[in-house]
Amino acid sequence: MSDAAIVLRARDISRAFPGVQALSGVELTLRAGEVHALMGQNGAGKSTLIKVLTGVQAPDTGSIELLGQPVTPRSPLHAQELGISAVHQESHLLPNLSVAENICAGRYPRRPWLRGGGIDWRETNKRARELLAGLGIELDVAQLAGGLPAAVQQLATVARAVATDARVLILDEPTSSLDAEEVKALFALIRRLRDKGVAILFVTHFLDQVYEVCDRITVLRNGKFVGEYACGKLDARGLVAAMVGRELVNAGRPAAHAPADTGGAPAVLAARGISRRGQLKPMDIELRAGEVLGLAGLLGSGRTELARLLFALDARDSGELSVDGKPAKIDQPADALQLGLGFCPEDRKESGIVAELSVRENIALALQARMGLGKFLKPAEQRALAEKLVAALGVKTAGIETPIAQLSGGNQQKAIIARWLATNPRVLILDEPTRGIDIAAKQELMNEVLQLANAGTAVLFISAEIEEVVRLSDRIMVLRDRAKAGELPRGADEDAVYSMISMISSAPA
Amino acid sequence: MKRLAQHALFWPCTTLLLLLVVCAVFNPAFLGVAWQGGHLYGNLVDILNRAAPLMVVSMGMTLVIAVRGLDISVGAVVAIAATVAALMIGGSFSAGGEVASRFPLWLALATALGVAAACGLWNGLLVVKAGMQPIVATLILMVAGRGIAQLLTGGQIITVYYAPFYTLGNGFLLGIPVALWIAAALWAVLHLVLSRSALGLFIRAIGGNPEAARVAGVRSSAITLCVYTFCGLAAGVAGLIISSNVKSADANNAGQLLELDAILAVTLGGTALTGGRFTLAGTIIGALIIQTLTSMIYSLGVPPEVNLVVKAALVFAVMLLQSAGFRALVMRVARNPRPGAT
Repeated sequence: MSDAAIVLRARDISRAFPGVQALSGVELTLRAGEVHALMGQNGAGKSTLIKVLTGVQAPDTGSIELLGQPVTPRSPLHAQELGISAVHQESHLLPNLSVAENICAGRYPRRPWLRGGGIDWRETNKRARELLAGLGIELDVAQLAGGLPAAVQQLATVARAVATDARVLILDEPTSSLDAEEVKALFALIRRLRDKGVAILFVTHFLDQVYEVCDRITVLRNGKFVGEYACGKLDARGLVAAMVGRELVNAGRPAAHAPADTGGAPAVLAARGISRRGQLKPMDIELRAGEVLGLAGLLGSGRTELARLLFALDARDSGELSVDGKPAKIDQPADALQLGLGFCPEDRKESGIVAELSVRENIALALQARMGLGKFLKPAEQRALAEKLVAALGVKTAGIETPIAQLSGGNQQKAIIARWLATNPRVLILDEPTRGIDIAAKQELMNEVLQLANAGTAVLFISAEIEEVVRLSDRIMVLRDRAKAGELPRGADEDAVYSMISMISSAPA
Repeated sequence: MKRLAQHALFWPCTTLLLLLVVCAVFNPAFLGVAWQGGHLYGNLVDILNRAAPLMVVSMGMTLVIAVRGLDISVGAVVAIAATVAALMIGGSFSAGGEVASRFPLWLALATALGVAAACGLWNGLLVVKAGMQPIVATLILMVAGRGIAQLLTGGQIITVYYAPFYTLGNGFLLGIPVALWIAAALWAVLHLVLSRSALGLFIRAIGGNPEAARVAGVRSSAITLCVYTFCGLAAGVAGLIISSNVKSADANNAGQLLELDAILAVTLGGTALTGGRFTLAGTIIGALIIQTLTSMIYSLGVPPEVNLVVKAALVFAVMLLQSAGFRALVMRVARNPRPGAT
C-alpha cells in the first residue's frame, strides 16, 4: 500500500489569521485507494487545511500538487473541477429538490434544442440511478431529498461529491450525527470508493472509527504538522499522545466525586408528569443538589425534549415543576433563569452562541438577562467576569473582545458553559456538551462538571456516549421511546445501561 | 490612516463629505453659514433642519432592523400622528381675532404621540404574538394607516391656524432649529439608554441570534415589542415636526415613501439589514446623506422631470462607494490592470 500512487501532495502550507497562526508548515500526502485520517484537537488547524485544499481560503505559503501538477484551487467549485470534492458535517442537499436533481445540480443533461431544449429529466434520473447503483446505494432518485433520513442524505451527498469524477474526497466529520448502523453504511460506501481508487481524507473525533476504516493518519497540533503514521504502527494511546502533545495520564474515571448528603432536603428541581404531545410521554424527574444525573438513551428517545421542557424552551402539555419543593411557574426560559436554572443547548451554533458578539458579551449575556434592564453589568465588570471565567475554563481565545465565531468549536462550548457559570446556577442542564469536541477538551469539561456538582449545583448531564454518562453520573436515568425506562444507581456499568435501553432486564449481580 | 479607514463610520462620513464638496464646487456659496434674524442661516442649516424628521424616523427604524425586523408603516404613522394633532388643535377664530386651540396644545401633542406609539405596539404584537413576517405585519398598517388618516380628515387637508404649534417645525432655539433640537435630544436619550443599560446588548443578541438570546433568558418578546412601539413613537414625533412645518396635515402625502428613505438611511449608515450590529450615529449620517442629495439636486437646478432619475443614479453611486466588495474590485483592477483583457 505504501507505494500506492500519490494523488495529492500539499507541502509547507501556512495560513495566518489576525492573532492566530492557524497553519504553519503543514504537510499532507494522499494516495490513491487509501483512506487517510486527519486528526487533531479543536483548533489544531484541520478545518483551515480543508479550506485551503478546497479553495475557500488561499494559503500564505506552500504548494499543492495534484497528480504531480501544481494546482491552486480558487473556490470550492474550482477545486471540484480539479477533482477535489468535500462533504461537510451536515449534509447539504436541497430539501425541496429530488435526489436526482440534487445529484445532477449544476450539470443537468440537456435535450437537443430540436426536441425543445431544456433539461432532460429522464437522463437526469438515469444518471443519478446509475451513479447510486454503482456505489451500492439503494434509493428512489425521484424522492424529495428533504424527506429522507439524515443518514441517507449523507450517503447521497457523498455520491454527489464523487459524481464529478473526484480524485480526492474530503469527508469532514461525516459521522457526527449518525448512529452505529448508519455509520456502518457510510463506511461500506467509503470502502467501495477507496477500492475504486479515490484518495479519501477523513476527519473525525471518534478514535475507533479511525482504526476501523483508515489506512494512514496525519496528526496536526496547534497548526503544526506532527507526523504521518501508518494505522498499524500507532495505537490509540499513541495517537492521543500525538494529538495532545503529552501522555494522557488516565482517561478513566475523573476525580472522585461523592455526592453531598442532602439528607431529606427536597429536590432542587422536580417535575411531575411533564409531557408534550409527540415528543415526550408523561414522566417524573428529580434533580438534587450536588448530584450529577446522567440521561441516557438512543437518538430520538426524548433526551433533548425532556431538557427543553424543563427549561421551558418548549411549552409542556401537562405536568408541574417545583423548585425546592415549592411549585414553580416556569413558562419561558427567562422564568427558569430567574429561578437559578441554566441550559447549554446541544446545537451550539443555532441556539448557543451569538456569533457576532464578543466572547465577553456572550459570557455576560445570561447574567445580564437575569439582572434585567434595571441593573447594568458595567463593561468593566463584564470584562472582569469574562477574564476570570476564560482563565478558569481554559478557553483558548486571542482575547475576550474577539468575536466568538472565531473560536474553535470546543472553545465556543466552554464559553457557553462560562455564560451559565457566571449566573451561579443551582441547576445546570448540559445537553451533549461534549459533542464535536476533542478528547482533551472533553476531559477538562467533565472535570468542570464534577467540580460544579461538588460545589452544590444539581447537574443534568445528557450525552449520546453511554460511556461518558456512566463515568460521570451519580445516578442514571434511562429513556426509551420518549418515556422513562428506569433508573440506575451510581456504579452501574455500560452493559446495564444498554440492557435497560434495549429492554433486556438485567439479572441482579 | 488604515485604522481610520476600518472605522464603521468612515465610509458614511466620507460619502457625506464628498457630496458636500461636489455641492461646493458647483455652488461656492453652498457651504456658507450666516447669522441672520437671530438664528443660523444657510444651506447646511437647511439640510440639518429638513433632515430632522428623517433622522427621527430612521433612529426608530435602526432599532427595529437591529432586532431583525422592518417597519414599512412609518410613513402612514407620520400621517396619522399629523392628522390627530391637526384635528385636536385645529384653530378657530375667536371674536377678538385670536386663534385658539381646540384642546390644550400639550394634550393634542400627547394624544398624537400616544396614537403613534399604539400603532407601533400593534405592529409589534403582530410580529411577536401573531408571528407574522415583519414586512407583512407592517404592510397592513402601511395601507390601512393612511386610510384611517384619510377617514379622520374626510379626505381634506386640515390647516392649523394656531401659531404656537408652528414652533416645532419652524421655530429656533438659541439660533438653531427646534426640529434639530428634538432630533438631537432623541439621539442623546437613546445613546444614554443604550450605553448605560443592557438594552444595547439585548438588542444585538436578539438580532444576532434570536434563538440563542431566548435560551440565554433574554426576554426577547418584551424587548422586541418595546422596539416596535418606540419606532411608532418616533414616527409620531416626525409627524408632528412635518405637520408643524407645513402648518397643516395632509393625510395623502404626509410622510409619503418616508419608510423607504428611512430604510435607506439605516443601510447607508452601516447597519446590516440582517440584524445584530447597528449604529445610530451611522443612521444620522445616512439621513444627512439623503437630505444632502435632495438639496443638491435642487441647488444644481436639475429639472423636476429628471429629478428622480438623477437621485436614483446618485443613490446607486453612493451604494457602490459603500460596498466593500465593489471597493475591493476597484482596488484589484487598479493594482493589476490587464491591458489585453476585454
